[in-house]
Amino acid sequence: MKQTKSDIFFHVFVIGFGLLMIYPIFWTLASSLKPESDIFKNAASLFPSEFKWDNYALGWAGFGDITFGTFFLNSSIVTVLVVIGTLISSTLVAFGFARLHFKFKRVLFVCLLATIMLPHQVTLIPQYIMFHKIGWVNTFYPLVVPAFIGGVPFFIFLMVQFIRGIPRELDEAAIIDGCSTFGIFWNIILPLTKPALATVAIFSFYWTWDDFMTPLIYLNDTKLFTVSLGLRLFSDPSAVTAWGPLFAMSIASLIPTFLIFLFFQKHLVEGVATTGIK
Amino acid sequence: MQSETSVLTDKKVTKRSKALHKGWKKELIAYAFISPWLLGFLGFIIGPMIASLYLSFTDYDMLSSPSWVGLQNYITMFTDDSRFWTSLKVTFTFVFISVPFKLAFALFVAMLFVKARRGVGLYRSVYYIPSIVGGSVAVAVMWKQLFGREGAINGILSYFGIEGQNWIASPDYALSTLIILVVWQFGSPMLIFLAGLKQIPTELYEAAAVDGASKFSQFFKITIPMLTPVIFFNLVMQMISGFMTFTQSFLITAGGPLDRTLFYAVYLYEKGFTHFQMGYASAMAWILLIIVAVFTALIFKSSSAWVYYESEGGK
Repeated sequence: MKQTKSDIFFHVFVIGFGLLMIYPIFWTLASSLKPESDIFKNAASLFPSEFKWDNYALGWAGFGDITFGTFFLNSSIVTVLVVIGTLISSTLVAFGFARLHFKFKRVLFVCLLATIMLPHQVTLIPQYIMFHKIGWVNTFYPLVVPAFIGGVPFFIFLMVQFIRGIPRELDEAAIIDGCSTFGIFWNIILPLTKPALATVAIFSFYWTWDDFMTPLIYLNDTKLFTVSLGLRLFSDPSAVTAWGPLFAMSIASLIPTFLIFLFFQKHLVEGVATTGIK
Repeated sequence: MQSETSVLTDKKVTKRSKALHKGWKKELIAYAFISPWLLGFLGFIIGPMIASLYLSFTDYDMLSSPSWVGLQNYITMFTDDSRFWTSLKVTFTFVFISVPFKLAFALFVAMLFVKARRGVGLYRSVYYIPSIVGGSVAVAVMWKQLFGREGAINGILSYFGIEGQNWIASPDYALSTLIILVVWQFGSPMLIFLAGLKQIPTELYEAAAVDGASKFSQFFKITIPMLTPVIFFNLVMQMISGFMTFTQSFLITAGGPLDRTLFYAVYLYEKGFTHFQMGYASAMAWILLIIVAVFTALIFKSSSAWVYYESEGGK
């Protein structure tokens, strides 16, 4: 009897607190469907007085002749390329560190670990100057190329840890069978790292999709803007803010994030718990 | 006889050179595997770091070439730039308040979810949602409106007869709203705590209960000590990301009002990309690097005093 009482208390508390946690998100969704006057008069309410689906059409229409379709396409191109680049570079490099022997391995691994903690502000300015000099400002290259050269060292570290957990006997058996180094990587290790690959892919997707600072620095042409920059155009002080459409596009920008969360929840939650991703 | 020995040594030599050759080839293959990172490390980390250090001793506006000014940027920063000190104060306040609160919340919620009950999986996911949308512009937009004069927070307060204000625009409260925002995103440390809590053997609690230890003393004598490696990890990660906070402040309060939310990263961005004082901004970046390094080192150094590893070898 006492057990059920504490159970009820637990559920009431957790649900109550949980609702408080996700209230801001529901509130944004509700506001995206409210008429302008409602957003301010009924600020706290989660129920629009009438459903104004127009907000989505108005928001999507974007600015001038550039619609949100362009921003979504740009974000998609950048994000997909970054995820591919991250997966390729972090698995290759991690295999090298976890399984192969080479001179300076220790020193280089320490360098890798140190860069995890390096504030990106330190490299930001010279990198900007460099990209500026080679004419990459206002292209997607500065956003995408770093991923192909192991841009997020934390992902490499994560893969190294994972590969170290795979029994070495598998490699040795493959060597006896005459397998090349690349063969071991491709046929033995890669298939076994799928759970870690999923975690890396999901997080590199999230961070790239949400990234604001990198596109802010490198992209000036509205045609190249990602969704993050597109959303910011709405709150430009020189333009009158259209709150309804702004909220509608905010919600739209979160849809890919939520879809991935829905489908890969297990990988995501376990990935964080076991690897300690931010 | 003579020829025989020479053949023998020849054989030895070729054998050795073959082995050498093999080792050399192996080395090359290994370097081929790590080459993407190595290239990035040299070209995107080490190169820029050297350049950044050099630039920090120059005046550089990207139009004319950098001119050497020695320590001038650093001297100006420390003696003649009150906004530099403001940004440091804001950032330290932010880190020192938000990180402990975030970790405390994360631990509290993780403890709620550690016992297997019906619905725990779903709850865990719901509590994690704010963290997955965390850094997005959409959340910044949402926060700006929620805490605005005509926002939902004031709407709720008015039910209780409290008259709100424009929290974002208030010099006294703007920073607090940003702190609430990051504390709200406690999901990741929560999941890491949860994983850590599950590692604690239940026998420890059973034995303590038999000895008549209260829940309170169980928490401080078993849970916290066993969890110190995880606390340590969360502390380092959250502190580092706290020092680099940019997007929220840049978008929600734009550093204002009265510079009360002028985060270090925002000020650095302003110097570099609005005023094109690349030398000054580089100097600021190096100060940030030193601050982060010092704090990380302090936490690491202190860890031997408070982080408990069950098997000292298994660190």
